[in-house]
Amino acid sequence: MRTIDELLTDSPTFAGLEPAQLEFIAGCARNEHVAAGTMLMREGEPADRFWLIRRGVVALELYVPGREPLVIETLEPGDVVGWSWLFAPYRWALEGRTVGDCHLIVFDGVCLRQKCEADHDLGYELMSRFAADVIGRLQATRLQLADVHGNVSATA
Amino acid sequence: MVPASFEVVEKRHDTADVWTLELEADSGERFEFQPGQFTMLAAGGAGEVPISISGDPDQPARLVHTVKAVGLATEAICAAEPGQVLSVRGPFGRPWPVDQVDGADVMIAAGGIGLPPLRPAILRLLARRERYGRLLLLYSGRSPDELLFTDELREWSQRGLEVMVTVDAAGEDWGGHVGVVTRLVRHAKLDPGVVVMSCGPELMMRFLVAALTAEGIGSDRVYVSMERNMQCGIGRCGHCQLGPTLLCRDGPVYRWPEVSPWLAIREL
Repeated sequence: MRTIDELLTDSPTFAGLEPAQLEFIAGCARNEHVAAGTMLMREGEPADRFWLIRRGVVALELYVPGREPLVIETLEPGDVVGWSWLFAPYRWALEGRTVGDCHLIVFDGVCLRQKCEADHDLGYELMSRFAADVIGRLQATRLQLADVHGNVSATA
Repeated sequence: MVPASFEVVEKRHDTADVWTLELEADSGERFEFQPGQFTMLAAGGAGEVPISISGDPDQPARLVHTVKAVGLATEAICAAEPGQVLSVRGPFGRPWPVDQVDGADVMIAAGGIGLPPLRPAILRLLARRERYGRLLLLYSGRSPDELLFTDELREWSQRGLEVMVTVDAAGEDWGGHVGVVTRLVRHAKLDPGVVVMSCGPELMMRFLVAALTAEGIGSDRVYVSMERNMQCGIGRCGHCQLGPTLLCRDGPVYRWPEVSPWLAIREL
């Protein structure tokens, strides 16, 4: 059976970290099995944790009054779910729901923030990796906003 | 080049504004073509437009086009009913390199109405499945009800094509991926030797190449089908010029480095 620090290397966000750093991070994490349809996070609620998907899919949803929740992105194995634990005011900006049964690694965000404060090398490394993840998702969101599929001609 | 008369023999309504028409030549001749080629198609006096062929290259008895109604000419084509005669010139253009990638993994990346021009390539690849390594389709649409060929996607999957579909946005009842096609690239775990064939909105293809590059796949392994204002279809009028190339004559399929320098020039 693989330990959490070993499992972390399956994710591009954590792959390549030093074994000691992985072990340090894993100290703030545990495995969790979550049933389909579970709300992992709700908009406005305290963001004190985040997840790494090992198996399954998590849908990020936007609640629009008077409408069905709008799924704006699905996250897959290897993806990190949740950034709001990193920045004040530490409140979720979106809703997150498991689409099927999921195997997740859940991290205590407060614990990890404290470790990053205590070890700035680790903190810098983690922030760099999360920033790369945020930029990738930002670029994808820009493409989504461009609504490219809605305005193409027929002559492709 | 003189247009030939083709009769609409079958028509299918694919999505709200997309129709597939199956045509047969009045002359009774077969319509031989290569995957990725297009015809200049017209209904009545509404004007000619370039439309990629979406049929099976190994079934040349019928010419198949899948058309999105976006303007006068395409609306007239989509309104054509069985029995009506359309004018056809072609086939034209450089095809997808499906016969030149034996042994390689092949990824097809289609966005929206970009799937029909790739359908002949998919059918050819599956007809010769044993020649290739891993076959993968990444297909993105605006919403679940705008996805094309959904029944065929399942069939292709059973025949050895890995199919990953994503939509820009969806309700809770959609069980598939949500997000842009570039987000699927990371999860596709591609071999650096993969050959990519892509058709879709130009912006999507630009982001796709960036995502592939981030995964260590050279842009020279990416083929794209380009689109500009084609009118003559035979390299005479110059309307479809992009830098030093004429799309109707030299394309529409190009290796990405052949066209990418010109795509950043706004005046073009």
